[in-house]
Amino acid sequence: MNILKFIETFTDDSLMRSTGSRRDSFNQFGNIGKTLAYASIPFGLSAMANKAFAKDITATPATPIGALQFALTLEYLENEFYAMALDSGVIPASENGGRDLKVFQQIAAHESSHVKFLIAGLGGSGSANFVAKPTFDFTVGGTFNPFGDYQTFLALAQAFEDTGVRAYKGQAGNLITTPDLLTAALQIHSVEARHASEVRRLRGLKGWISNDERGAGMPAATQAVYAGEGVTVQAGFNTAAAFGAAAGSEAYDEPLTTQQVVDIANLFIV
Amino acid sequence: MKNEVKIHEVDPSLNNRRSFLKLSGLALAGAGLVIAGCSNNDDDNNQPEDTSLPGVRNGVFDLGSGDFGVLTYAYALEQLEADFYTKVVNATNFNSAFNDIERQILTDLYHHEVIHRDFFKAALSGALPNPSSQLLPTLAFNYGSLNFNSRTDVLATAKALEDTGVAAYNGAGKLIKSADYLLLAGKIVSVEARHAAAIRSLINPNSKDFAGDDIISTSTGLDVAKDPSKILPIAGGFITTKFTAKYLP
Repeated sequence: MNILKFIETFTDDSLMRSTGSRRDSFNQFGNIGKTLAYASIPFGLSAMANKAFAKDITATPATPIGALQFALTLEYLENEFYAMALDSGVIPASENGGRDLKVFQQIAAHESSHVKFLIAGLGGSGSANFVAKPTFDFTVGGTFNPFGDYQTFLALAQAFEDTGVRAYKGQAGNLITTPDLLTAALQIHSVEARHASEVRRLRGLKGWISNDERGAGMPAATQAVYAGEGVTVQAGFNTAAAFGAAAGSEAYDEPLTTQQVVDIANLFIV
Repeated sequence: MKNEVKIHEVDPSLNNRRSFLKLSGLALAGAGLVIAGCSNNDDDNNQPEDTSLPGVRNGVFDLGSGDFGVLTYAYALEQLEADFYTKVVNATNFNSAFNDIERQILTDLYHHEVIHRDFFKAALSGALPNPSSQLLPTLAFNYGSLNFNSRTDVLATAKALEDTGVAAYNGAGKLIKSADYLLLAGKIVSVEARHAAAIRSLINPNSKDFAGDDIISTSTGLDVAKDPSKILPIAGGFITTKFTAKYLP
């Protein structure tokens, strides 16, 4: 997607006047330089204009069950995204020795397994702890065309996988009292990281995140996924000292809070 | 070998006395102070051995248990990875055996693993009650017939080390009591998994091996998680410095 064109759409006054569902973001930015503010609101750009009545998900409680419910919602999102992409034919089947299709078939299979695994972990779809799949709009009201434009699909895939890694990491503390669930979550977490590495490398990036850079070709709107990734002090140790800040930040992935992930996910929930 | 380390015997009575002093809240009394009547026998009889602390027991360094044990275990694994990639990037034929992308990846991995190793050394040195005797020494390694100038050998070993690292951290998470340490381990394990995927993809490009069915369960979509007792025999094949992990599962 042409990023300039993308930002340009938010300079349209008519969009600014429409009632957004991102009420909090709206209020937060007030009247100060609205266009600029919109352009910097992660992932939320067109959602403001187009999603007046979104059925937002809310932050799950900081409990083991809450962590699983939260994880399930994210896995629903990823699972549906890849299933729709495979159905749409947007993923090239023959280039690079069929690499892209093989990669996304494998990722889709994992996400589907994760959904089933987490539903079972919550006690099945009849359980009181079960959460239903939200309704997703991966075009975000027509802003993205992930199932018609492969580069957009790749960009969103990268954003979802890097978000997934940070999201699971942020739930670790909520699972510390339930060792088996913690282990299972870690076992999903590292799969998401493998996915993220491969998708990033398909896009010509490094498999790891340098500083808080979203990387070439990523829409500015995805910056929320990378906010705070540039940390170079870990428990008081300067990770940038030996080889510089990029290497130091790459060596550690940072967590996202439940609310940060919810804010990202809600942009795709209608 | 340059970083060959002999683990020196520490007088066990001195060691126990120090622990006793710490546990009695008398650490500030200083190491030179010997408390009359606090004999080795008394320690054995009255003071249960604190197995959570790493250190030399019966002449061999033991990793300990609990958070210190897990961090020391991670430090041992990161020492191995850092040493391996240091040798990889310094190998005579590094520039000819690998293409640009491969060299970039292996150099990044060298940086990341050295940072992880030095991080654990610093973290443990700051957290252990008595790091001079409780910090795992610099380990010595022997890679046998591994040819560091062979692309095939290096990538196959890197794959094994990274997959092992992921399984080790995944298995160790539940042993960690402190949420802060758990998060730190989480910050590192996903980077190890990113490494594993990249190396696997170099070995077999245009495939699903980055997260292949050999490592990710096809029914649950879960990665591997292993206890230290399953990991150490694998990693131990390269580590020549003897140590034990008697108090880790």
